[in-house]
Amino acid sequence: MTHVAATGASAAPYRDPERQSFLRRRAVRNRTVASVSMVVFLVVLAVAVTSSPGWPAVQKSFFDPTAFRESMPDIWSAFWLNVRMFLVAEPLILVLGLLIALARGLRAPMWAPLRVLAAVWTDVFRGIPTLLLILLFGFGIPALRIKGLTNEPVVWGTVALVVSYSAYVAEVYRAGIDSVHPGQRAAARSLGLSDGQTSRFVVLPQAVRNVVPPLLNDFISLQKDTALVSVLGPIEALRAAQIYASDTFNYTSYVAAAVLFISLTIPMARYTDWLLARQRRRKAAGGSW
Amino acid sequence: MAMLEIRGVHKAYGSNAVLRGLDLTVDTHEVVALIGASGCGKSTLLKCINLLEPIDAGTITLDGVEVSAPGADPNPVRQRVGIVFQSFNLFPHLTVLANITLAPRRVLKLAEAEADERGRALLERFGLADKAAEYPDRLSGGQQQRVAIVRALAMRPDVMLFDEVTSALDPELVGEVLDVIRDLKDSGLTMVLATHEMAFARDVADRVCFLDEGVVAEQGPAAQLLGRPAEARTQQFLQRVVASGRL
Repeated sequence: MTHVAATGASAAPYRDPERQSFLRRRAVRNRTVASVSMVVFLVVLAVAVTSSPGWPAVQKSFFDPTAFRESMPDIWSAFWLNVRMFLVAEPLILVLGLLIALARGLRAPMWAPLRVLAAVWTDVFRGIPTLLLILLFGFGIPALRIKGLTNEPVVWGTVALVVSYSAYVAEVYRAGIDSVHPGQRAAARSLGLSDGQTSRFVVLPQAVRNVVPPLLNDFISLQKDTALVSVLGPIEALRAAQIYASDTFNYTSYVAAAVLFISLTIPMARYTDWLLARQRRRKAAGGSW
Repeated sequence: MAMLEIRGVHKAYGSNAVLRGLDLTVDTHEVVALIGASGCGKSTLLKCINLLEPIDAGTITLDGVEVSAPGADPNPVRQRVGIVFQSFNLFPHLTVLANITLAPRRVLKLAEAEADERGRALLERFGLADKAAEYPDRLSGGQQQRVAIVRALAMRPDVMLFDEVTSALDPELVGEVLDVIRDLKDSGLTMVLATHEMAFARDVADRVCFLDEGVVAEQGPAAQLLGRPAEARTQQFLQRVVASGRL
């Protein structure tokens, strides 16, 4: 219950020193056992892998230090394109996804077309493979030769990512809106707030906070999917790696590209975990989220 | 003079008829307590008065104006009729003061300074001045419920509805909330309270209504209805309450 926090601490907590030292000793022992077993496991794994008959060939093809050093500068500068596509797509997806989620919640009869359009959008674009959308937009739209429209494949590839991900993100927002307790809406309406004011000031702020972790999850996925745009020809990280591999018949460049992608997604994944853990802690402490 | 007139109100959820032609009149400055078994329609009636639930038949008249017509704009009515719920329903993402000033600012279009002043004055009056900047999850249940009452009062309603506002509280926190309601009675506010606290109903209500089978089965001054009920079903209900140690 929350009133414990409100009354504050009175006396300093007392802990039996005997118990404390036993718990400390056990913690030290646990850490030692874990470290030793980890080291043993890694050594066994390393020995097993490097002494296997195929290892030299694997190392030469995938983990060649020279190839890694040679290919990295090109891949690194190409990777900047992935980052740019991601940085442009992400805010657009956030806004478009929210608009779609809001459109699906419109109840006035006048907005029926918007409501239906939003439902169709999510159904259709969630069902189409992202790669197919990228090909469709990237090759299809320039082929129409419409005056004033860019033929830049990176642009259309990014548009395809936005279209595809907005459908997913709209559903995430919708789940967040549904997760706000109905009593919140009732309380707001009972004070005389209109439907729109209730959404804007009461429901949405809580909904968005609830969905930050799942949204970040979708963005981890988006960071990787920028590589799909390589099918249209622009030289991003995956394409740069491919070029090096096809010149040298060495696949270490793919590993180099993989390292770059991972170096972006892992921090984001850890941040998401941290946010989720904080949410759990706050809930456990009697908070409302 | 009648502030609130409820005539022949029916309300069903699906095939479950909760209110079945209920009549009730509440005079200005009057405090009416609704008692009855769980599911007798107390909460439903309050939600219908606030137009949070549309009624199926009958009329609800507020200060001489019918407000229950289908399709009528509920917002002007809600500005005049405040409701407090069993589960507080404070907005967890807003501070106590922001909870209170949201509706005055957005609905009454008060300037921020004026709304803040109104909010702080009310917090002061109910001993919550030091909680203005806190978030609801830092408050005890009793404090949260008092803030919820203040939030409704900030709209300066003509009528306040209380829906079992102490049912979710630990016993030692009930008193502070009931004190607030007593204070409001002294200030002359018209109130309708659905409650399980029979002793409190006897203490604070001008009139007690016993709801059964979707109608007001019996009503009268608190002492009379709780002490010498005329109807057999009222007697049975009160006997069960006494047996459970609530009266």
